[in-house]
Amino acid sequence: MIALCMLGCVLFNFPVLALFNVPATLFGVPLLYAYIFLAWGLLIALMAWVIERRD
Amino acid sequence: MLRGWVIVVVSFAYLGLLFAIAYYADKRADQGRSLIANPYVYALSLAVYATAWTFYGSVGRAAVDGVGFLPIYIGPTLMIALWWIVVRKMLRITKENRITSLADFVAARYGKSALLGGVVTVIVVIGIVPYISLQLKAISSTFTILLQYPEIVMPAKVGAVPPLQDTALWVAIILAAFTILFGTRHLYSAEHHEGMVAAIAFESLVKLLAFLAVGVFVTFGIYDGFGDIFARAAADPKLAPLLTPFEGVAGSYASWVWLTVLSMLAILFLPRQFQMTVIENTDERHLAKAIWLFPLYMLAINLFVLPIAIGGRLHFPDGTVDADTFVLTIPMAERQELLALLVFIGGLSAATGMVIVETIALSTMVCNDLVMPVLLRLRALRLAERADLTGLLLGIRRWAIVLVILLGYLYFRIAGEAYALVSIGLISFAAVAQFAPAALGGIFWKGGTRRGALAGLLAGFAVWFYTLLLPAFARSGWLPVSLLEEGPFGLALLKPLALFGLTGLDQITHAMLWSMIANVGAYVGVSLAGTQSAEEHRQASLFVDVFRRLPEGGGARFWRGTASAQDLHNVLARFVGAEAADAAFRAYAARKGVRWPDEPLAADAEFVHYVETVLAGAIGAASARIMVGSAVKEEALTLEEVRQILDEASQVVIYSHRLEQKSRELEKATAELRAANERLKELDRLKDDFLSTVTHELRTPLTSIRAFSEILHQDPKVDLAQRRKFLGIIAKETERLTRLINQVLDLAKIESGRADWHESDVDLREVVSDTLTAMGQVFQDKNIRVETRLPEVVPRVRADLDRLIQVMLNLLSNAVKFCHPTEGRIEVALAVEDAALRVEVCDNGPGVRPGDERIIFDKFAQAGDALTGKPQGSGLGLYISRHIVEHHGGRLGVRNRPGGGACFWFTLPLARGAPLAEVTHGEEESAHR
Repeated sequence: MIALCMLGCVLFNFPVLALFNVPATLFGVPLLYAYIFLAWGLLIALMAWVIERRD
Repeated sequence: MLRGWVIVVVSFAYLGLLFAIAYYADKRADQGRSLIANPYVYALSLAVYATAWTFYGSVGRAAVDGVGFLPIYIGPTLMIALWWIVVRKMLRITKENRITSLADFVAARYGKSALLGGVVTVIVVIGIVPYISLQLKAISSTFTILLQYPEIVMPAKVGAVPPLQDTALWVAIILAAFTILFGTRHLYSAEHHEGMVAAIAFESLVKLLAFLAVGVFVTFGIYDGFGDIFARAAADPKLAPLLTPFEGVAGSYASWVWLTVLSMLAILFLPRQFQMTVIENTDERHLAKAIWLFPLYMLAINLFVLPIAIGGRLHFPDGTVDADTFVLTIPMAERQELLALLVFIGGLSAATGMVIVETIALSTMVCNDLVMPVLLRLRALRLAERADLTGLLLGIRRWAIVLVILLGYLYFRIAGEAYALVSIGLISFAAVAQFAPAALGGIFWKGGTRRGALAGLLAGFAVWFYTLLLPAFARSGWLPVSLLEEGPFGLALLKPLALFGLTGLDQITHAMLWSMIANVGAYVGVSLAGTQSAEEHRQASLFVDVFRRLPEGGGARFWRGTASAQDLHNVLARFVGAEAADAAFRAYAARKGVRWPDEPLAADAEFVHYVETVLAGAIGAASARIMVGSAVKEEALTLEEVRQILDEASQVVIYSHRLEQKSRELEKATAELRAANERLKELDRLKDDFLSTVTHELRTPLTSIRAFSEILHQDPKVDLAQRRKFLGIIAKETERLTRLINQVLDLAKIESGRADWHESDVDLREVVSDTLTAMGQVFQDKNIRVETRLPEVVPRVRADLDRLIQVMLNLLSNAVKFCHPTEGRIEVALAVEDAALRVEVCDNGPGVRPGDERIIFDKFAQAGDALTGKPQGSGLGLYISRHIVEHHGGRLGVRNRPGGGACFWFTLPLARGAPLAEVTHGEEESAHR
C-alpha cells in the first residue's frame, strides 16, 4: 500500500503530469483529463486488488 | 410548479425521511442488529467529505482553472492508500482508550492534557466555522435561486436583507434543531451515533445520484457526449486554456502539489472525517473495503465536473451567472424542474450532512475538552458532587451545537461575499492540517512531548491565522487593506501574503509552506529539547505501541492508589447514568469471573483504569482523568516513584550483573577442576604405564630364573659346567630382581615420607672412593678407564651414609651403562664450592638428548620412552637419587659435555643448621617439588 501511495505521488506530480499537459485528445477527450481519470481509476483498482488479496 | 412552498415541503419531507432513517437505525442498534455494521455503509458515510463545496464549488473552480479542483480528491486517494497503516492504528488506539474526538485524541496522547485538548478545540472551532457558513450560504443561495424559477437571477448581496428575512438564518436554525435531534437525543457510549451514520450514508447516495443525473443530462442531454463538449471548448478561445491548465505557469504545479498534500491531511483531520472514519467505525475490517470504495465514490462524483463547468460556460457566455451555481442553473435554464429540484435536494444533502457531522464532532469537543474540564475544576460549582450529570452533558452539547451553527451564520453575514466557495473550504483545510504533526507524530514517534505538541499547534495556528485569516478579514473590510499591500507598520517583509518576501505562490501554498515549517519545527524542536512527564511517557507508549500491548489492563501498570468500587460506581453513574454504570461493572466483573454485585469487586489499578476508560467514552480522556482523580486517592506517578521504578530496574540490572560475575567465576572454577582432572588422569595413566613397566621388569628376570631352574630340575644329565653357568644366571637374575624390588620399596617409602634416615657425619671422599672400589670389578669387566680428582680433605657432612652410597652407585652404574662400549672412560670429581660439596660423574657416551635433561629425573617419564640405547633398568634410580640428594638439601643435575658424554652432578650443603634426622613431611614435599 505504501508503494501504491508512492506510485500515486509520481503519477499525479509535476514531470508526469507535464507530459500530458498538451492540447491533444483521446477519443475526443483532452489528454490531460483522460490521463488523470484513467490513472486515478487504475490506482483505485490496484488498491482494491492489494487490500482484498491481503487475506 | 416550482413554487416556494413546494420546495419547502420537499425539503422538509427529505429531512423527515433522513430522520426516519436515523430513528430506524438507532432502533436496530438498540436491538443489537446494527444497520451500519457493514463496509458499504461505512464507505458511504465517509463520503461526508463531499460537501456543498464539492457539489457546487468544484464546478465553480473547474470553470476557472480546469482540472485544478482535482487535487482535493486525488490527495485523499493517496492518503487512503496509507490508511491500512495509519487509520487502523488510530482505530485501535481510539477503541482501547475510548477516544471521543480529535481533540480528545491529541489530548490523550500527550498525557491527557486538558490544555492541549482545549487548544485543539479552539483551533477547530475557528477553522471550521467559516466552512459551516459556507454550507449555509450554499443552501440559502440555491434556495433563493430556485425560488426565482424560471428566471435565473443571482441572489442579492447578503448584507442587503435584514436577518429575519434572510433564508440563511432560517436554514441555520432548522439545521441546529435537526442536528440536536440527531446527535444529542441521548448520551451515546463512546460517541457512536448509529442513526446519524445511517442518515449520512443515505445522503451520500442522494448527492451522488443527483450530481450524476446533472452530469449525464448536460453531457448527453444538452450536448452530444464528452467529445462534443470538449471539441466545443477547444474551439472557444476563452475555454481552450482550461484543457491544458498548466500551460507555462510554474506556480500551478506548486499549488497542485500543495493542494494534494493539504487534502491528504484534511481527509484525516477534518473533524467530520475523524468522526466518521475513526470514532463511528464499528469494525476495523470495514476499513479494507472503504479503502477502495471511498476513492471510487470520489472519482464518480468528479467525473462530470469539467463537462458541467464547460457546459455552463458555453450556456452562459456573458458571465452573469456565478459558476458555483452551474449545477443548478443549467437544469433551470433547460426547464428541467424535477432535475433542478433533485439537484437542490442533492446540494441540501451535501450541506446538511457536513453540518450535522461537523457540529456533532465540534459539540463533543467543546463539551468534553473545553467546557467540562473548566467546570470540573471550578470548585465553587461543586460539580463533582452532583448526583446525575448526564443532563448537564447533553445540555452543554446542545448549546454547543447552536453556538457553532450561529457562529457560522455570523461569519456568513459578515464575510460572506468576500470569497468564492472554494477558497473558504481551503482555509478550513489549512487549519485542520495543523493537527497533522501532533497527531501523526503522536502515533509513530514516542518522543513527542506535550510542550512540543502545544508549541507546534500554536505556531502553526498563528501562521495560519496571519497568512490566511487576517487577509480574509482585511478583504472583508475589517482591517485596512494596507496591511496586505504594505505589511504591518509598513514592514514589507511581514506582508501576510508574501511572508519574508516569498512571492510567486498562491495564498494557500504560501500559507501551508510557512505554517508547516513553523508547526513541524516547533513540535520536533521543543519535543527534543524537553522531557516527558511520566504520564506523557505512559500515554506515548500506549499510542505508539498499540499493536504490541497486552490487551488487558496494560494501561494500569504505573498506577498506584486506593479507591472503593462504590466511589467509582458513583462517579460513573453521574455521567453515564446508573444503568450504564451497572452494565459496565457487570461486564468487567464477568471478565474477572466475579459475580457482581453479590461479590465485591477489588478496586485495583486495573479496575480504576477500566472505569476511567469507560468514563472517557462519555466525557473525554482529560475530564475523565479529573473525575476519577476526585474519586480515587491517587498516589500515582510522582517523579519520585518513577525514579523508584527505574531504581528497581537498575537493581535488577545489578543483580543480573552479579549473577553474570558468579557464573564467570564458576566457569573459571570448572575450568580449573577440569584441568586438575586432566592432570590426575595423566598421572593415573603414568602410574599405569609405570606399573606395567615395573611388572615387565619383574617378569623378565623371573622368566629366566624359572626357565633355567626348570632345566636344572628336569634334566639331571646337564653337565657341571653348564650347571654352573645356569646357576650363575639364576643368581644374577635373582640379584637383579632383588635390586628392583628394593628400588620399588624404596620409592614407595620415599614417596610416602616413611623412609628411615640414619644420619651420621659422613666423609664424602670416603663414600666416593668406597663405591669406586666396589664397582672396580665392573669397570674391569667392561674395560672402562676411571679417572678420579679427589681433594685430600673435605669437610664432613651430616647425612645417611648408605643412601649416599646408593646415589653414588646409581650414578656410576648409569655411567657404565652409557659410556663408550669399547673405549669407555669415566671421570669422577669431588670439590668444595660455595659452602657445598660437589660430586661429578662424567662418561664419554652419547650424552643426554637435548630436551630430556629434566625428564630423566622423573620417576615415570623413563618408563614409556626409554633414552637412546638404554639397555636395562626401570628408570627409578635417578628419581630415587634425586630424592635422596634433595632430602639432604642438595641438588642433582646433568649437563652434556662439549666433546660428548654426560656429566651427572650433585651437591650437598656443608652447613645445615638442624640435624637431618627429623625433617617434616611438608618440607620434604616442597623440596621434592
